[in-house]
Amino acid sequence: MTRKKRRLYFVLAGMCVLGIAAALVLTSFEDSLVFFRSPSDLVEKPIEPGRNFRLGGLVEEGSVEKNGVITRFSVTDLNEAVPVTFEGLLPDLFREGQGVVTEGYFNKDGVFVATNVLAKHDENYMPPEVADALKKAGQWKPEDGG
Amino acid sequence: MVAEIGQFVLILALITAIFQGVFPLFGAARSSQPMMRFANNAAFVQFLAITGAFICLTIGYVTSDFSILNVTNNSHSLKPMLYKISGVWGNHEGSLLLWSWILALFGLAVAVFGRNLPDSLKARVLAVQGMIGVGFLMFILFTSNPFERIDPAPLDGSGLNPLLQDPGLAFHPPFLYLGYVGLSVTFSFAIAALIEGRVDPAWARWVRPWTLAAWGFLTIGIALGSWWAYYELGWGGWWFWDPVENAAFMPWLAATALLHSAIVVEKRDALKNWTILLAIVAFSLSLLGTFLVRSGVLNSVHAFASDPARGVFILIFLIFVIGGSLLLYGIRAPMMKGGGLFAPISREGALVLNNLLLSTATATILLGTLYPIFLDAFTGAKVSVGPPYFEATFLPLAIPLVIAMAVGPFLAWKRGDLAGVISRLTFALLLSFLLVGFIWWQQTATPVMSLVGLGLFAWLLVGSLLEWSERVKLFRGPLLSSWRRTKQLPRSAHGMTVAHIGVALVILGITASETWQTEHLGVMRPGETVSVGGYDFRFDGAETVAGPNYEAVRGTFLASTNGGKGVYLFPEQRQYSTPPMETTEAAIRPMLSADLYTVIGETDGTGGYAVRIYHKPFISWIWIGSFVMFLGGALSLSDRRLRLGAPRRARRQKAATPDLSGAKG
Repeated sequence: MTRKKRRLYFVLAGMCVLGIAAALVLTSFEDSLVFFRSPSDLVEKPIEPGRNFRLGGLVEEGSVEKNGVITRFSVTDLNEAVPVTFEGLLPDLFREGQGVVTEGYFNKDGVFVATNVLAKHDENYMPPEVADALKKAGQWKPEDGG
Repeated sequence: MVAEIGQFVLILALITAIFQGVFPLFGAARSSQPMMRFANNAAFVQFLAITGAFICLTIGYVTSDFSILNVTNNSHSLKPMLYKISGVWGNHEGSLLLWSWILALFGLAVAVFGRNLPDSLKARVLAVQGMIGVGFLMFILFTSNPFERIDPAPLDGSGLNPLLQDPGLAFHPPFLYLGYVGLSVTFSFAIAALIEGRVDPAWARWVRPWTLAAWGFLTIGIALGSWWAYYELGWGGWWFWDPVENAAFMPWLAATALLHSAIVVEKRDALKNWTILLAIVAFSLSLLGTFLVRSGVLNSVHAFASDPARGVFILIFLIFVIGGSLLLYGIRAPMMKGGGLFAPISREGALVLNNLLLSTATATILLGTLYPIFLDAFTGAKVSVGPPYFEATFLPLAIPLVIAMAVGPFLAWKRGDLAGVISRLTFALLLSFLLVGFIWWQQTATPVMSLVGLGLFAWLLVGSLLEWSERVKLFRGPLLSSWRRTKQLPRSAHGMTVAHIGVALVILGITASETWQTEHLGVMRPGETVSVGGYDFRFDGAETVAGPNYEAVRGTFLASTNGGKGVYLFPEQRQYSTPPMETTEAAIRPMLSADLYTVIGETDGTGGYAVRIYHKPFISWIWIGSFVMFLGGALSLSDRRLRLGAPRRARRQKAATPDLSGAKG
C-alpha cells in the first residue's frame, strides 16, 4: 500500500459518501421545502390541495370558534383571509389580532388544515414572515412589531 | 457604581486581551522567554477582569438595580433568586459576557494545566485565545454593553420571559457555552500548530483532553436544551430540527469527528491535516451557531436582539476568523507530511469512515439550516426546511455509522481482519436479529425504521460489551485476573465503551418512544377516565392556584394501572404578570419504562378542559444515554496519559512534580 494508493482510496470513499449524501439531499429537498404564503399570495397564486406549506398572518378578530379540541379561525393579512381548522392544544400566545404562523395543507373544501400552529415565545414578537406579509399588503403598523 | 466598575474592568480585559494576542506571538517567534511567559499572566489578568465584570452584573441583578438598562429589561424585583441569577445570562448582553468569561476561563486553564507544553506552543495557543477574546470583548463593549445606564431608573423591571424561568434552562446556556468555547482551545491549538508548521502525536495528546471536555459539555448542554423543550413547551416533542438546535448539533458532530481523528494522529501520526481542518471547522461552527442564534436571523426564543449593527459585527468577525484560519491552513497545511500508512480495513480506516460520515452529516445539516437564510437574502422567498429533510439525509448516514461503531474498536491498527471481527461479533448480530424478530412477531405492523433502530441498539450495545469483555478476557480465566485487567485497561478504553453504550441507549430512547407512543387529545370533565398506554388517567378537576409571580390553572390527574395505587399529576396553565404571558407546564412522571405526560389547556366554559395525555415508552433513555455519553467522556478525560501529556515530556516532569503523577482524577 503506497501513499498514492491510500490517497486514492480516501478520495474514492469520500466521493462515494458525498455522492450518496448529494443524492439524499436532492431527492428529499424538493419535498421537504416548506414555502411561506400569506393569504394575498394564495389569491395570486393558488396552491393545490394536499401540498404542505406555511400560512401566516394575523388571527382575524372574531373568527375564533372552539369546539372541544378543534379550533376554527381565519388567518388574514387584512386584505384577504383564509379559513383554518386545527385539532390540538393551541400555543399559549394564540390570540385574536395576534400574528400567527401555521403549517398544513388545503383540504378539498378550501379549508386550511393546520397540522402545527407555531408558538411564539414573546408577547411583543411578530414573526418576520408575518411582518413582511403585512408590509406587502400595505397593512403594516410598526407599533405592532417588537 | 457597580456598573461603572464593571464597565471599567471590561475595558481592562479588552486591553489585556489585545496584549495577550500580540506579545506572546512575537515572543514565540524570537524565542524570548519573558514575552512568552507574559501570556500566562495576561490570561490570569483577563480572567480576573472578566470575572469582576460578571460579578458586577450579577450584583446588579441580585440587588435589582434598575438603573442598569439590562437589569430593567430582563429582571423584576419579584422574580425568584435563582432566576435573578440565571437572568444574568438569560439575555443577549449577559450571555455574551458569559461567553467571554468562559473563554477567559479556558485561557486560564491552558495557562495552569499546560505546564508541560513547550513554551512556544503554549504562548501561541494563548495568543490565539487572546485574539478571540479581543473580538468578543469588542463586540460587547461597542454593540452590546451590559452596563448601560438608564435615567431615570424605572421603579421595576419588565421581567424575564417566563419560558426561561426554569431550572433546566438556568444551566443549559452555561453548559452549551462551555462546549462551544471549549472548542476555541482546540482551534487555538490548531492555529498554533499551523504557525509552528508541526503536528505530532504529542500535539494530538495535548489537544485531545480539551476536545473531550468541550464535547462532554456540548453533550450535556444539548441534552439539557432538548429536555427543556420536552417538558417546558408542552408539545411532547424533544427535537424539532429547528435551526437553533442544529446550530448546537453541528459543532457537536464536528467535535465528535475531531475526537476520533485526533486518536489517529496520536497513535499513528496520520490524518494530521484533516484533524487540523476539523478543529478549525468545529470552532467555526460554534461561532456560526452563536451568530445564527444571537443575531436575530432566526426567530426563536434564543433571538434576544435583532440589532443590525450586531449582526454585521458578528458577520465580519466570522469572516475574519474562518477566512483567516482557512487561509493560514491553505498556506501551511501542504508542509505537513502524513506519517503511518494503513490499509482501508483497519482501525484507522474505521475512524476515517467515522469522520467521513460525521462530516457529511454535518454538511447536509448545514445546507438545510442555511438554505432558507440564503434564499431569503437573495430572492426574498420565505421557505423553511422541515424535519423530513433532516430525517431523510441524517438517518441514512447515521445507520452505517452505528454499524461501524461496533466493528471499529475490534479492528487492529494498520491492517485489520474484517472476517475475523464479524465472527467475533456473531453473538451481537444474533441478538439484534432475535430482538428485531421478536418485535416483528409481536407486531407485524412495526415500521421498518423502528425495527432498524432497535436492531442497531442491540448491535451497538452488545458489540460494545463484547469488545470490552474481550479486552479484559471476561470468563476466559479466573474473574480475579479479569478484574486486574479491568484496572490495567486505560481509562480512555473504558470511556469509549461507556460512551458508545450511551449512544446505544439514546437510539433505544428515540426509537422506542417514536414507535410506541400513544396519546389522547380531547375535552375531559372532572371524574372522567381515559386509558392511554395501559394506564388509566382520571381527571379530578382543576383549580386556580397562585405562584410567586404567576397565577395558574392547575389540573389534577390520577394515573394508575389496574389495581395499582397510582400517581397524581398536576399540569398547569400559568399566567405570568411581568411580562404578561401564558405558559403551559406539562406534568410528567418519568419512569424507566415510560413517561406519563399530561398537559391541560383551556376550559370549554362548562367545566370541561382540553387535555393532552401522552404515554412515551423509554423516552427517558434519551437523556440517560446522553448522560452516559458524558460519563464516558469524563472517564476518558481522567486517563493518566492525557493528564500527563506526552510520555517523553512526562518522564522529565515526573521527578520535578511527583504529586502530579500520583494525582487521582
